[in-house]
Amino acid sequence: MSPSPVAPDLDAVMEACAGLLGLTNDPAWREPVLANLRVLQAAAALVEDFPLPDEAEAAPVFEA
Amino acid sequence: MVDSQDWSLAPAAGIAAGVASGAVGAREVVSAALARIARIDPAVHSFTDVLAGRALARADALDAARARGEEAGPLCGVPFAVKNLFDVAGLPTRAGARINRDRAPAGRDAALIRRLEAAGGVLVGALNMGEYAYDFTGENIHDGDTHNPHDLTRMAGGSSGGSGAAVAAGLVPLALASDTNGSIRVPAAFCGCFGLKPTYGRTSRAGSFPFVGSLDHLGPMARSVADLALAYDAMQGPDADDPACARRPPDPAGPGLDGGVAGLRIAVAGGHFAGSGEPEAFAAVARVADALGARATVEVPEAVRARAAAYLISAAEGAALHLDRLRHRAAEFDPAVRDRLLAGAMLPAVFIERAQRFRRWYRAAVLELFRDVDVILAPATPCRAPRGGQTTFVLGGVTLPIRPNIGLYTQPISFIGLPVVAVPVWPDDGLPLGVQVIAAPWREALALRVARHLEREGVVRAPVARLP
Repeated sequence: MSPSPVAPDLDAVMEACAGLLGLTNDPAWREPVLANLRVLQAAAALVEDFPLPDEAEAAPVFEA
Repeated sequence: MVDSQDWSLAPAAGIAAGVASGAVGAREVVSAALARIARIDPAVHSFTDVLAGRALARADALDAARARGEEAGPLCGVPFAVKNLFDVAGLPTRAGARINRDRAPAGRDAALIRRLEAAGGVLVGALNMGEYAYDFTGENIHDGDTHNPHDLTRMAGGSSGGSGAAVAAGLVPLALASDTNGSIRVPAAFCGCFGLKPTYGRTSRAGSFPFVGSLDHLGPMARSVADLALAYDAMQGPDADDPACARRPPDPAGPGLDGGVAGLRIAVAGGHFAGSGEPEAFAAVARVADALGARATVEVPEAVRARAAAYLISAAEGAALHLDRLRHRAAEFDPAVRDRLLAGAMLPAVFIERAQRFRRWYRAAVLELFRDVDVILAPATPCRAPRGGQTTFVLGGVTLPIRPNIGLYTQPISFIGLPVVAVPVWPDDGLPLGVQVIAAPWREALALRVARHLEREGVVRAPVARLP
């Protein structure tokens, strides 16, 4: 169960997210940000590949 | 051997005993520390702020209290310094960032500074760090790099590089630091000193600049285990000002520190923690394991995935924290930090939720291990301190970027908040390596007891660096 059956177009993701979040999209930063996105995408795929029971709740503790 | 008159190199416990007995005054101790900082630190570059006036005034107040017959605290007259993400009254909390210099000066000291000073400690300054704590190198493009006191051409490690270097250089016996993914344990390993990353929620983070709220820890670094325990015991306890600080009573480590290791079940972490590093990293673990009679191995399940999940959460939570600064002042960040944070801002929320759900599973799986063992040993870093400015290294035959990979072995442990004492091992005439002594949640006292035993046996030690 990987996040997407096709390799995502991270360049398009970056473009869209920068617009959505109001972030500067300096051309000089494009490659290093993309490189980081690739690493994060791979980390996300690794985490998502692990089958979790539906009952596994997120870990951050909140005490009311 | 420390000259008994050279108070600048004395351990915290020795200073406190000396001040309590009247053998030395707090002013004399603090003056000696300030003089050593002025002489040595230009080469090491561990301090960003030296607070001579404040420190001497505090020392005089302690000496006056002693003269009135008031009881001396357990850290009476002990100089200490803090990573510059701790609030210090009167200073903008810079957290290694140029942007933060525009902040208003802090109105009061961070909670842990107040607790150490309540025990008699004397704050002498603030220490250099990697920008916004998103770093394992100890390098800082705004304030300059902190150098490893044992070899000035090498990295101090980060992000608490100033804390590790100041302790190793003998500038202070005690420093405070933070650890989100390894930022206490990495500089402790590279600089050859002791570091304690307590259980998540044990020490108050109130009045410190955050990085990743669900992973941030604060703890001490020192040149002896007794000094670590002294500081830790003075800092424990609930604090309503930190929403993650546990409502548990303190569990002092000092009283049982010399209890030894008889009967303890100690194992070495295998799998992820036994691969990818340099041979000397594993030799350091083997040396510690031999000294403890630890022959068993345990497999920490899914450690690689745990590291990936910690990596995702760090990038996303860090990005959320800095979003406004990324929008308006992106050019003022260290590019290595900015580029990771920008990428972190672009992660779908489901990735992070998934990582946090995995964290729950992983926590339960690792806690199962502690049914059969009391302490787990693992390397702190995959190698000794790299050269300053080095950007890649070769691990297991693969060339990798240094910055994210120095924390290979620390990230899967802090991910679930386990307490760790990083102990320094000197396998030869070269630089030191660190070993993580890992215990179950809330068992800091046990990890410190094991570290103390290793220190007493001469297996681990934190000598002051030979500097001009």
